[in-house]
Amino acid sequence: MLTAILTGFLFSILLVFVGRLFKGKLSILASLVPLGLFIYFFQFIIPVSNGEIIMRSYEWIPSFGVDLGFKLDGLSLLFSLLITGIGFLVFFYTSSYLKGHEYLDRFYGYLASFMGAMLGLVLSDNMITLFVFWELTSITSFFLIGFNNTSEASRKSALTALGITGIGGLLLLAGALLLNNITGTYSISEMLTMSEAIRSNEFYIIAVLLIFGAAFTKSAQFPFHFWLPGAMKAPTPVSTYLHSATMVKAGVYLLMRFTPVLGGENFWNTTLIIVGGITMLYSAIHTIFRTDLKGILAYSTISALGILVFLTGLGTQEAFLAAAVFIIVHALYKATLFLVTGIIDHQAHTRDVTKLAGLNKIMLPVGVAGILAAISSAGIPPTIGFVGKELTYEASFHSETLVVLLMIAIVLTKIFLLYAGFVAGIKPFTGKLPEEHSNVKMPGFVLWGPPLLLAILGLVFGIAPFIIDSPIIKPVVEAMGADASEVHLALWHGFNMVFILSLITIGVGTALYFFVKPSNKLVAVAEKFESISPESILIKFNRIFIGISNFWTDFFQNGYLRNYISIIILFLVVLVGYIMVGNTSFVIDYHSLSKITIYEITATLVLIAGIFYTVFTQSRLAAVVAMGVVGLAICLIFVFYSAPDLAMTQFSIDTLTVILFVLVLYKLPKYLRLSDYKTRLRDGILSAIFGLLIATLALQVIAEPVNKDIGNFYAQNAYLEAHGKNVVNVILVDFRGADTLIEISVLSIAAVGVFGLMKLRLKMADRKRYQDR
Amino acid sequence: MEILLAIMIGVLYASGIYMMLRRSLVKLIIGIILLGNGANLLIFFLGRITKGAPPIIPADGKVFSEAFADPVPQALILTAIVISFGLQSFAIVLVKRAHTVVRTDDLDEMNATDEDS
Repeated sequence: MLTAILTGFLFSILLVFVGRLFKGKLSILASLVPLGLFIYFFQFIIPVSNGEIIMRSYEWIPSFGVDLGFKLDGLSLLFSLLITGIGFLVFFYTSSYLKGHEYLDRFYGYLASFMGAMLGLVLSDNMITLFVFWELTSITSFFLIGFNNTSEASRKSALTALGITGIGGLLLLAGALLLNNITGTYSISEMLTMSEAIRSNEFYIIAVLLIFGAAFTKSAQFPFHFWLPGAMKAPTPVSTYLHSATMVKAGVYLLMRFTPVLGGENFWNTTLIIVGGITMLYSAIHTIFRTDLKGILAYSTISALGILVFLTGLGTQEAFLAAAVFIIVHALYKATLFLVTGIIDHQAHTRDVTKLAGLNKIMLPVGVAGILAAISSAGIPPTIGFVGKELTYEASFHSETLVVLLMIAIVLTKIFLLYAGFVAGIKPFTGKLPEEHSNVKMPGFVLWGPPLLLAILGLVFGIAPFIIDSPIIKPVVEAMGADASEVHLALWHGFNMVFILSLITIGVGTALYFFVKPSNKLVAVAEKFESISPESILIKFNRIFIGISNFWTDFFQNGYLRNYISIIILFLVVLVGYIMVGNTSFVIDYHSLSKITIYEITATLVLIAGIFYTVFTQSRLAAVVAMGVVGLAICLIFVFYSAPDLAMTQFSIDTLTVILFVLVLYKLPKYLRLSDYKTRLRDGILSAIFGLLIATLALQVIAEPVNKDIGNFYAQNAYLEAHGKNVVNVILVDFRGADTLIEISVLSIAAVGVFGLMKLRLKMADRKRYQDR
Repeated sequence: MEILLAIMIGVLYASGIYMMLRRSLVKLIIGIILLGNGANLLIFFLGRITKGAPPIIPADGKVFSEAFADPVPQALILTAIVISFGLQSFAIVLVKRAHTVVRTDDLDEMNATDEDS
């Protein structure tokens, strides 16, 4: 099973090396990869329908409880078959659709990686691997949406999709970690056995919300739906494959997978019904206000995803059955409609439905596929769509609460979806062929074969629903934790309330199709509400966020050194000051202090006078000299307090610095006061507070006991081990000799730098340029 | 005496920061030097001051027989003084160089890498 998942990735790696082979006529051979996988998964139908669950586990990171655990049950099998089956048709179709495209090999590479990731997603039994594959589908989707990377709109849509689904992925990771905390395992099968414990856990709601976040973003539920219409910028095979048949259903898959673990609670069901209900109705109504075929299909896809979430939320065995059937129904008719749209776009070079009519005269097989798909989407017998719709109505009808409200929502949704299906599948193929499209050519079999096959399957499954009922649908319902022994699909359910509602749906929907023609006026109406759509709100929010970030950066990082220093000092003062205010005793024990003599007072006065002169003088030379005086005063302190080495070093360095300053700086411009009085006052106050803080801190530290172990160690061993009597010197050249060596090298580097800067001569041209300034 | 030392350290820190907040490059360097001196003195101070007992073993002994000043802060400060000299001399020459090239020592005029701004 691991091999099956990796095949897609291996194929795309292979394409890196031999991609050129698959650009030309051989490109159709790429479709053998998904076909082989389809056959591989097809053989599992028999064991799975007998109730077998196939588990495979490979060790990955056992210390974290993360392994490559895979589980093939009814739910995984249904998705695997869709992924590989529709994948095969899409690969096949693409070889003609993108014939001769410069990057066809790259496209196949992305598609194959996506297929591998998607298979991994639906087969993973370990939440961490599930997360990894989940993110991989987002990433491959990013590349596929942005495939036309020369178009800005494409790149933008790809980023939006990645952003939204990426956030969802992070929520999924958080949910996985939280569930692991509760149950101690990442294995979904093991979580199944602990369902009770999870539901009674105090973090149950949070875990559910995290899983919802992941599912709703991926499956484009309101208000995260807007990335999906944007994703239609991708080439049509991608829209067919990722954004209608497989990837967007990953969220629904996640919900279905976790229904037996987390579901059954009121919170779970109600939220799903509300979110799914809003999504299905909101986007179904949206389809009326679109004229772009792909736009219509995008919104009707969102609506279908809403229906699936809604059904999962109903939580009854009937609802699970309806959901399982509807996944197949939707995959069949929506993939067909997308492929048909792709053909129209490819041959007639427009997707504007107002300009399309009568194409059946040119491309009859495509028209047949479109019309069959539209009928299935409308739920008109004898298609599988009818079976799906009846089951959906039945499930909503038997809901425990608010039956009337739910029925109105679902019937209205179905009416609008019927309209959308008719507009996309029937409108382009009926009526009079417009003049401008009279030169449109009939597409080849590679293009019209796949949609026609899917459309016919929809019809076959409708007439003989027993083909799919026990092999495929039953195991799905069982995987969702409901009893499926009584499941029997049938086309005819008898004349009852549900059937009447079906008739109403078909009648009203058809009337809607005949009376409301898609037009640009309707598009204009929708645009008026654009400013309050979730997408615009998100964009506005983004703008505010960027504004705040800009302000933040401009304020704190404005390029002025003094600004950075001020902020750092201010922060330090506030932070340390805040802690000190409560914990400091300002009482000083005068007895513990050493005595003050006249020498120290003199040194202090000299130092302070020197500092003030340095700070306030107007002459640079005076400032430098006063600074030298400050250094000498410090030198005196070192002499008084038993540090002869320091005094000597300080004296020589101080003198050298002053000399260097004087030698180098005599040519500088006037030593001006550049800031105004107010700034100087402000800086002065800040500096004074900072100095006060340091002085107080120093006194605080002095009051604490001191540890002199290290000093004593050196003092004890200086003569005995290193045979030197000046302990400071011994430390520097012996105990820490290596440090001193490094210090010497630092000084040498500085010396080289100084020498270089002094001797550097500008080229004539440069010098001239600078002198002109 | 400790109080006097604390005052000196405070004044050195305050003046150092004040000078670093000025716009002139020369004042910035003076500020760094003052701050460095303050830091040295602070380390010295925190190692506790001892009067008249340098950490030098008496000529006739092998170890100290009486109290002595802690040699560790002294060794640290000695290193610091020398290193800061390296920094200062490089900074001073750099200011000189910058001045020959861009004809200003006002930091506000030097905060972009582009020539024209």
